Amino acid sequence: MDWRRFSFIGIIIILLFGVVVLIGGEQISPLIIISSMLATTLSVATPLTLGALSGIFCERAGVVNIGIEGMMLAAAFFGWLASIYMNSIFEYSPAISLTIGVLAAILTGGLFALLHAWLSITFKVDQIIGGTVINILAIGVTGFLNRQLFFDKGSIFGGNVPHAPGLLPTLSKALTVLCSGAQGCGGLPSLIAGTIFDQKPVAISAILLVIVANYVLFNTRWGLRTRAVGEHPKAADTVGIDVRRVRYINVVIGGMLAGLAGAYFTIESVPSFEPLMTNGRGFIALAAMIFGNWTPFGAWAAALVFGASQALQINLQFFRESIPPAWAFLQQSYVVGLAPYILTMLILTGVIGKTTPPAADGQPYEK
Amino acid sequence: MQAAAEKPARGWFVRLWRAFVEAALVPILAIITAVIGGGIIIWVVGGNPFAAYLGLLQGAFGSTRAWSETFVWATPYIFAGLAVALAFKGGLFNIGAEGQLAFGALAAAWVGYALPNLLGVQLPGYIHLPLAILAGMLVGALWGAIPGALKAYAGGHEVINTIMMNYIALNLTSFLLNGPMKDKNPLNVIARTPEIAESARLLPIFANLRIHWGFPLALLTAFLVWYLLWKTTLGFEIRTAGSNPDAAKYAGINFKRILVLTMALSGLLAGLAGAVEVTGLNYRQELGFSIGYGFDAIAIALLGKTHPLGVVLSAILFAGMRNGATRMQFLTQIPVDIISVIQALILLFVAADAIVRKIYRIKAREDRLVLTRGWGG
Repeated sequence: MDWRRFSFIGIIIILLFGVVVLIGGEQISPLIIISSMLATTLSVATPLTLGALSGIFCERAGVVNIGIEGMMLAAAFFGWLASIYMNSIFEYSPAISLTIGVLAAILTGGLFALLHAWLSITFKVDQIIGGTVINILAIGVTGFLNRQLFFDKGSIFGGNVPHAPGLLPTLSKALTVLCSGAQGCGGLPSLIAGTIFDQKPVAISAILLVIVANYVLFNTRWGLRTRAVGEHPKAADTVGIDVRRVRYINVVIGGMLAGLAGAYFTIESVPSFEPLMTNGRGFIALAAMIFGNWTPFGAWAAALVFGASQALQINLQFFRESIPPAWAFLQQSYVVGLAPYILTMLILTGVIGKTTPPAADGQPYEK
Repeated sequence: MQAAAEKPARGWFVRLWRAFVEAALVPILAIITAVIGGGIIIWVVGGNPFAAYLGLLQGAFGSTRAWSETFVWATPYIFAGLAVALAFKGGLFNIGAEGQLAFGALAAAWVGYALPNLLGVQLPGYIHLPLAILAGMLVGALWGAIPGALKAYAGGHEVINTIMMNYIALNLTSFLLNGPMKDKNPLNVIARTPEIAESARLLPIFANLRIHWGFPLALLTAFLVWYLLWKTTLGFEIRTAGSNPDAAKYAGINFKRILVLTMALSGLLAGLAGAVEVTGLNYRQELGFSIGYGFDAIAIALLGKTHPLGVVLSAILFAGMRNGATRMQFLTQIPVDIISVIQALILLFVAADAIVRKIYRIKAREDRLVLTRGWGG
């Protein structure tokens, strides 16, 4: 990440925030708008951040993974399903059920990634085709099970689709319980409540994982091996690194990250599952990864841009009435909703400088 | 291959049949394996796989009406499958057939319902219908050419760009169908266009059956795509650019131009799918009708090994499954979505043909399809 990229990201985020401040600034103090936009941005950027990290682990090891979208979707479904069953059949408390749900989501992501690794590393299938298989499989399996389990038999419409037993709590709420009261722990929970730090667990872990991923990739022996395998597998093999093993493990790590992103959808954001609910986030995450030049911090910054463009859409809804006539197109949520997709394409055109993928990205390793 | 070279005396029909069997062996085994896999899933969730598949077959091919419906389903599948297959031949992965199809349909619908009023004249069918279909083709081609140009001149990878174009098309279609293009009839609450004029419709082939002239048109298009790819210079250039870009550049082929052209042609075919669906079947564009065609088209193109004949056969197979699934669900209460699972399994086994070869102990051939490349482009 060079300064040009970061300043581009800064400018776009300021522009997106500026639009909302300009429109809503007369009703609500700009400071409140900005902090609300920041909080929304951090939250909605979560699946993109995690998805990009997932892509980084896979591609730094030399395996292209366009199946992240499908891994997220499957993880969102099975995590949600696990939390429901834990709560309703095994009668665990909602807190435990939700935790198990998150773990189930991570496991699902890991298993789908194992399939991807098996296809692309063992069978040397074209990796983009392999990823497409994962995506189609995830759509099919989640759609089938969703209808089989919860819809009235034989009917096309209708059904009794249950909700997850609640949602993961925000930091302040969790601390309130842990510190036995909002004034416990020196008043920490009440201090955090309502600020941008008041995020939910998956969102917080996404930010922590950016730091961890950066450390692992660039400061540990494992990271060095991973990058060696992705840049020059033959050389890595010569010095005794097991190329296939390193690739397998990294792809599965990537899948588990995508799985955690899946948990964001059905356990942290909303308590219900809808077919196709990931809505292209997995692909946008890949664009964030590319724009961030395959580095965790760069990808995070790019994910925040997409998050900000979504935050724009969400926050504009509050000020629909005060949009000036000249900007009437901003009233159309479908039109504002185009922003992340157009941004993705713009970023991929390399207007802001070329990026370099790992040298052996996408190539099966032949001994 | 060696045996064939030693005995050239065999008739052309025998040789053609052998070539077909050799090409189709793995896809057919992949289908069989996927059907068995789907059967196991049905059994696991408590259904009877034999009853389910019997219902599926009846629904797909059990009567004249079933055949007609299967061909109705197959029509857009053939066009869209050809679109993806043509792009593959040029070394490009067009995941954007869905968006191109949606926009092609939108354009055809607009010409169908709005153009006569706009011009203030009644257009005769021999002008109006071709105009509607042409509009769909052009808009589809344009929607496909954009990611092509972005790849050729700016290095943006077509996989992500075509997907983004899908979401953009979906958003814009939602906007248009809920707003400017919505059917203004006070009784209408659905996001859809008005009906297109009679003069812009493709007619049914038989009375009482829904199969329309779009199906023969699809077969003709498959032949034309085959002719283009293997009998013309342009087709040769597309295939060379796809299989060996370096050789193409050395041979003096304008690589970037071919790249944009391939994506435009691919988008044109997908747009044609949408236009034929509107003019031949729905007589209007409705929100959400295009969802799922993109991935189905990829599966069809891959199962058909990106050959037009293969695409036609796989399209009819997939159409049969989609068509028969409703009856299967009616008879056995197995959700229609099982079809998506079976399709994913088929795709899995076609893509990873090594798995199929291992299961059935078939020797591997060395001519692997080169389909896509990494992000570097």
